[in-house]
Amino acid sequence: MSRTMMPETSTRGVPAPPAPSAAVTDEAPLTRWVLIGAAVAFLLLFLVLPLIAIFAEALRRGIAAYFASFADPDTQDAIRLTLLVAAIAVPLNVVFGIAAAWAVAKFDFAGKSLFVTFIDLPFSVSPVVSGLVFVLLFGAHGVFGGFLQAHDIRIIFAVPGIVLATIFVTFPFVARELIPLMQEQGTAEEEAALTLGASGFRMFLTVTLPNVKWALLYGVLLANARAMGEFGAVSVVSGHIRGLTNTMPLQVEILYNEYAFVGAFAVASLLAGLALVTLVAKALLEWRYGDALARTHRHG
Amino acid sequence: MMHLRRSTRWPGPVRGVLAYSLVLAATLLAAIPFGHAQRAPAVAITNVSYDPTRELYKAINEAFAKEWLARTGQTVTIRTSHGGSGRQARTVIDGLQADVVTLALAADIDAIAQRAKLLPADWQARLPNNSSPYTSTIVFLVRKGNPKGIRDWDDLARPGVAVITPNPKTSGGARWNYLAAWAFELDRTKDPAKAKAFVEAIYRNVPVLDTGARGSTTTFVQRGIGDVFISWENEAHLALAEFGADRIDIVYPSLSILAEPPVALVDAVVDRRGTRKLAEAYLDFLYAPTAQRIVAANFYRPFRPEAADPADLARFPRLKLVTIDAVFGGWAKAQGEHFAEGGVFDRIYRPGGSFAR
Repeated sequence: MSRTMMPETSTRGVPAPPAPSAAVTDEAPLTRWVLIGAAVAFLLLFLVLPLIAIFAEALRRGIAAYFASFADPDTQDAIRLTLLVAAIAVPLNVVFGIAAAWAVAKFDFAGKSLFVTFIDLPFSVSPVVSGLVFVLLFGAHGVFGGFLQAHDIRIIFAVPGIVLATIFVTFPFVARELIPLMQEQGTAEEEAALTLGASGFRMFLTVTLPNVKWALLYGVLLANARAMGEFGAVSVVSGHIRGLTNTMPLQVEILYNEYAFVGAFAVASLLAGLALVTLVAKALLEWRYGDALARTHRHG
Repeated sequence: MMHLRRSTRWPGPVRGVLAYSLVLAATLLAAIPFGHAQRAPAVAITNVSYDPTRELYKAINEAFAKEWLARTGQTVTIRTSHGGSGRQARTVIDGLQADVVTLALAADIDAIAQRAKLLPADWQARLPNNSSPYTSTIVFLVRKGNPKGIRDWDDLARPGVAVITPNPKTSGGARWNYLAAWAFELDRTKDPAKAKAFVEAIYRNVPVLDTGARGSTTTFVQRGIGDVFISWENEAHLALAEFGADRIDIVYPSLSILAEPPVALVDAVVDRRGTRKLAEAYLDFLYAPTAQRIVAANFYRPFRPEAADPADLARFPRLKLVTIDAVFGGWAKAQGEHFAEGGVFDRIYRPGGSFAR
């Protein structure tokens, strides 16, 4: 066997020239349609069908029952809490994301790649762990448990814990959107602004921010969707007290477990609706401002 | 260039973010006063309970709030949290502010007393009937017509029978399930080694361990997994009422265990929050005729049957019930021997990885 293999490798050399038939667009039309068909079927089966199922379940007992399920005070509290959590977590993430992207894209410092890795940490850590971290820190027997108890401050099993967990899991979204763009744009425009006598803050507002606005908005959309939809980490730190520490995703689980299927899927449809709005907004952004985005790129 | 820039207003993204924040803030401002006007709790206590009591406490809390308002003129809100009993105990230990705990078994409240010292060790002697205002037992739920012919515990150990039961580590009901199976075989053979092998055979038939009883009910009834579901009697009747007798049947085994789900005041919390009087009244109310009637209507066996509707009581067949004290020497001993880290359950249940969630 080795005897036949040896001459072959030696004649071909290391970078074998590609065979002509390997070109990407050269497969038979049948193959192409089968592949496209498979992709579309997959999309329908795993994305569109579940989405339809949610709305079908929610509306199974009619539109009146659908809206009646939002009259439940616990559900209203869950919606309110979810909005509150997103209203705190998303702006904080915007501030952090811009600061982090700014630092990474415009400056060189020791430990930069480590820093970038750490930004990604919430993506790679299981949400359960993200939640448990806060229990270990702020739980009654956690690192700060004694201090918090002595001062009667509630973090976990209360709103602050839910906000913290949400901030943690949404940490990377804005930064991840901005870093590549800002890196590509470089520092030339900022330097120009500075040499023209602009203050740092002014340069930031008039040069840096306009350059990244669409990427920023996109990051905000994604962060917001995750902040409102997060289940795992929030479930760990919530304590599941109805009307107090239940967010919408947790309320979906509770209603489902109480056989209140219409209610569960009605709340789920709100979350799904949010996802759809996010998608449409994203598509609109790309369609409407794709040129602007590309121009900024070329410009930078 | 800079001059031109100066005249521009806020750049787009800032405006976007601002608009977004404003919309959210407006929603919240609109929502919050509305919420307060609707539900202004003069005082609230939190009842941390186990999984299947959702419907029970919903009814009891309403009745109690009504009575408390009539008696004192004060509006009271009872907040509830439900989940696997062991997990709920864990969150109370970790700092969840529970004024009262109403869990599936004494060992979970013992854990709160021992690990977090939130209530005295002798808590169970403070209320009547081992602090259990209601009891229950463990029965089987099978598919309509009982296609696998399940009559008693030994049918669950047969190969080819898929058994649904929650995880004894997190669920109180699951621990009662386990002990009832053990008690059955011990009663038959008088041999602990055979009882262990018997329980091991049953758990070999378990395809999935949910964290709480309600999760298992959903697995069995909604998702249609398994041939038999070892269940609380109350949960079995509730599932029957919810999903209809045309889909599932209840099977009573020849022998089962008297399950005593206890209730307790969490002293450290009520003293810090100043809710002791209210929380005590709430627990006393559980033993009062009004609540006892609700208990029986929700398929729990009431401590005071005379207060219940006889039609409700007729739904509870008589069967041989053993107690945890007589067979296992009490919860403290059973917990350490069977369910603690490295206990019998850890040794007989091998397929790991089903502890997700």
